[in-house]
Amino acid sequence: MELQGYAHAPARLDATFAALADPTRRAILARLSQGEASVTELTAPFDMSQPAISKHLKVLERAGLVSRGRDAQRRPVRAEPRPLAEASAWIDTYRQAVEANFARLDTLLESLKAARGLGNRPRRKVSPRRRRTRKDP
Amino acid sequence: MPGPNPLTVTHVGDHELLFTRDFDAPRTLVFEAHTTPALLQQWMLGPGGWTMPVCEVDLRPGGRFRYVWRKDGKDMGVSGVFREIVPPERIVHTEIFDQDWTGGETVVTTTFTEANGRTTMTMTVRYADAAARAGALQTGMVGGMSDTYDRLQDLITRGEFHPAG
Repeated sequence: MELQGYAHAPARLDATFAALADPTRRAILARLSQGEASVTELTAPFDMSQPAISKHLKVLERAGLVSRGRDAQRRPVRAEPRPLAEASAWIDTYRQAVEANFARLDTLLESLKAARGLGNRPRRKVSPRRRRTRKDP
Repeated sequence: MPGPNPLTVTHVGDHELLFTRDFDAPRTLVFEAHTTPALLQQWMLGPGGWTMPVCEVDLRPGGRFRYVWRKDGKDMGVSGVFREIVPPERIVHTEIFDQDWTGGETVVTTTFTEANGRTTMTMTVRYADAAARAGALQTGMVGGMSDTYDRLQDLITRGEFHPAG
């Protein structure tokens, strides 16, 4: 996996993300997480024609998210977890990068507050007390 | 010591991601840290090992900004234009990475509200291309809060499951 930058998804995840952007395709994947199914079985829960579902399956297949069995009659569809794992890993990396930024910002803000006397603790009245001490014999 | 303030990421409609994060500091400081190059270069670094050798900010409506990060000789750059600047409350800017990974320019609206010396930052990122990557990002970035993501995560953690039949 070539490192292009922490915010860049590897190019081959493009197809994965594009495929996952559609709610029907996510629902198909969720159904397939229970086990393989035929196109007819996959079509049943949706208010959609079989050709429409087949079109979605082609997108998922091109993205490597599903594969089709060899059984000529049934050609069962099954989920392939690997691209999802890669996509998930990238998303975690991105989220961690954003969290790391804000954790560093927390630290920076603490030092800015300290430098400008904006600390959380109530300000100690250092100068008046010192003055009073000096005046008192 | 308590952990860091949590980052929340939620999706709004098809086109937007909303990031929310609290900071234990007045908003004048949080705004300053978001708009001053010398400060940005100290925190906006992503994961370990990246530096930010270029950080140019022309902070006015119509002004441009340019950030470049570097690691192991590789550069990653982003540019954009400020549309609105209301110190210390609100910034609206456009941005696009050199290797456009967001399917076109995004519009980012950042707000800072303060209560009791504490600042809540919200950052709304509006993606041009809702259908493709942004939609998928939304799917994943929402993390554990999304049923969809839970289902996908379930798929992943099963690894190589053996389908029945």
